[in-house]
Amino acid sequence: MNIVVCVKQVPEVTDAELEINREGTEILKEDLEFDINEWDNYAVEEAVLIKEAHGGKVTVVTLGDEDCEDVLRTALAMGADEAIRIDEQGFEFSDAAGIAQGLYHAVRDVPFDLLLTGAQGSDDGWAQVGLTLAELLGISYASLVVGVEIGEGTITVHRELESNTQEKVEMPLPAALTIQTGINNPRYVSIMGIQKVRRIEIKETGSKELGLSEAEIGSQGSSVASQKLSLPPVGEGAEILTGSLDEICEKTAQIIRDKGGVM
Amino acid sequence: MDEILVLAEHRQGELRDITFEMLFAANTLGKENGLATAGLLLGHETSGLAGKLKGACDRVLVIEDPELAHYNADQYLMALETAVKDRKPLLTLIGHTAMGMDLAPAMAARLCLPLVTDCVELSLEEGRLGVLRQIYGGKINAQLVMKPSDHYLISLRTGAFDAEVEQGKSGDVETIPAPAWTNLRGRQFAGADILVSIGRGIGKPENIPLAQKFADAIGATLSCSRPVADEEWLPKSRQVGTSGKTVRPKVYIALGISGAYQHQAGMKNADTIIAVNKDPMAPIFAIAHYGIVEDLLQVLPVLTEHLATK
Ligand SMILES: Cc1cc2nc3c(=O)[nH]c(=O)nc-3n(C[C@H](O)[C@H](O)[C@H](O)COP(=O)(O)OP(=O)(O)OC[C@H]3O[C@@H](n4cnc5c(N)ncnc54)[C@H](O)[C@@H]3O)c2cc1C
Ligand SMILES: Nc1ncnc2c1ncn2[C@@H]1O[C@H](COP(=O)(O)O)[C@@H](O)[C@H]1O
Repeated sequence: MNIVVCVKQVPEVTDAELEINREGTEILKEDLEFDINEWDNYAVEEAVLIKEAHGGKVTVVTLGDEDCEDVLRTALAMGADEAIRIDEQGFEFSDAAGIAQGLYHAVRDVPFDLLLTGAQGSDDGWAQVGLTLAELLGISYASLVVGVEIGEGTITVHRELESNTQEKVEMPLPAALTIQTGINNPRYVSIMGIQKVRRIEIKETGSKELGLSEAEIGSQGSSVASQKLSLPPVGEGAEILTGSLDEICEKTAQIIRDKGGVM
Repeated sequence: MDEILVLAEHRQGELRDITFEMLFAANTLGKENGLATAGLLLGHETSGLAGKLKGACDRVLVIEDPELAHYNADQYLMALETAVKDRKPLLTLIGHTAMGMDLAPAMAARLCLPLVTDCVELSLEEGRLGVLRQIYGGKINAQLVMKPSDHYLISLRTGAFDAEVEQGKSGDVETIPAPAWTNLRGRQFAGADILVSIGRGIGKPENIPLAQKFADAIGATLSCSRPVADEEWLPKSRQVGTSGKTVRPKVYIALGISGAYQHQAGMKNADTIIAVNKDPMAPIFAIAHYGIVEDLLQVLPVLTEHLATK
């Protein structure tokens, strides 16, 4: 069972105060920490689990700048065997379809039975790249996967639907899956673990090597003409309680009592 | 007049809220820009659903086929493609739901359409589509203007628009012929842990809800023998046997199935087989673990009640 996993490096934003440049075209990223996209972490873990149970090889692919080697190293430390980085040059301002084109040209020559991506990126949240790839490759697919059973030449997966329901679908291999969080418990990667995979060579490629023209990717290939970023109005709704911690807690206790929160 | 096509989403016989939210968005945009709205229903025996859509859109388009009875990306993509090629809408709206997330990206790639997912606002100015998205976990708003196109595909976030769409439109129902199911990639509904399987003994399609109710009561999936699929009472993908699927559920309940070897080949490895058949000599009893020699139409309501009250 050979598996390709697409992984992406994203800024960690839950605890960060985000800022935008004056033109509203970019998020200022200097002070942000970067990590593997949460969904992709589960996808790598799932690939490694399948490899451990059924044998085969796991190849991880990312499209990004040199710093994105970090996510590849993380994935290698988790148990992936090979890594490919598609350089970002030419792909700046690509939409999800453009990113998918880059990944498609890189993975179509890698023999695989399964292609895994995250269900979505925590940054732009397109939830689009994985299934665009499946369609470009002409293979069957399933999204939002929370369970995988490997058969003989087939795969059965559990898809997560709304209201805590699931559906089970079966399809022939090769297939593409987009992985939902919670499918497994991703293993912890230590600095030692990353040290150990330092020598594994990362294959480098780029839009030119992959034979992509400017018209297919980047801003030319994108269906978006312009994008304007802004910070949504915050604090508009909630009355923010102020004062010392003790004062804040006293106010809060009073509100709870007033609102009938204490029997 | 140009059209906005809205892919109606339904599950277990009910239209889902997102359908009306999308119609709300479509009708608002349509009114401002002189566009008609069409609700697109893909399914099997959808007349009830079509009735509920009629008042909320200018036209209801229906593609009817047993293969569309339940959501399946393979068939839905083909049907959607057929509808889009037939209508050539300016805009197609799909919900950013478990179903829409599964359909929209592949659909866009297949038809080379511009797609923007998970939108919370829509606008059209001088033929240019603008959308608002919330990115970075809702910490950033992104206002996008799309490049000009004859057709856009947009998925809308659930809850972003009002589901209380104004009724009172005409909504004539038009049927689009189902496509020939060629070049499918083989994604199928998989065998569940408990299967309630019906055979010719079910008698007529009107009796299927009895079996469905029973299946629902025990959390089982409905499957069938070949004649039931041939009659198109259930989709072909639900057929068990040599020319259908091989299943290995924990419990297989055969209702009105004789047990021809072609059927047995698909289910004989189930952990427990329970058969209901009027004929004590039916071959199904040779491989079943438990047998009930009764009229299944008598057994089902009583059995369902026993299970429901437990
Ligand atoms: C198809 C799909 C379905 C989904 N369904 C659901 C769903 O049903 N329910 C759901 O919840 N999510 C769902 N998600 C996931 C959702 O997108 C978010 O990832 C998730 O809700 C984030 O959870 P969180 O807010 O707990 O974590 P985070 O986004 O990581 O937020 C943690 C928050 O805690 C704050 N914080 C951290 N430390 C402290 C501290 N010491 N004191 C005070 N505050 C602190 C941080 O500032 C941050 O705001 C779904 C995703 C997809 C793709
Ligand atoms: N630049 C990228 N490099 C590698 N994989 C990516 C990239 N962008 C997106 N993906 C994959 O596609 C998934 C969905 O991303 P998105 O469609 O952007 O929400 C991610 O979880 C990744 O697995």
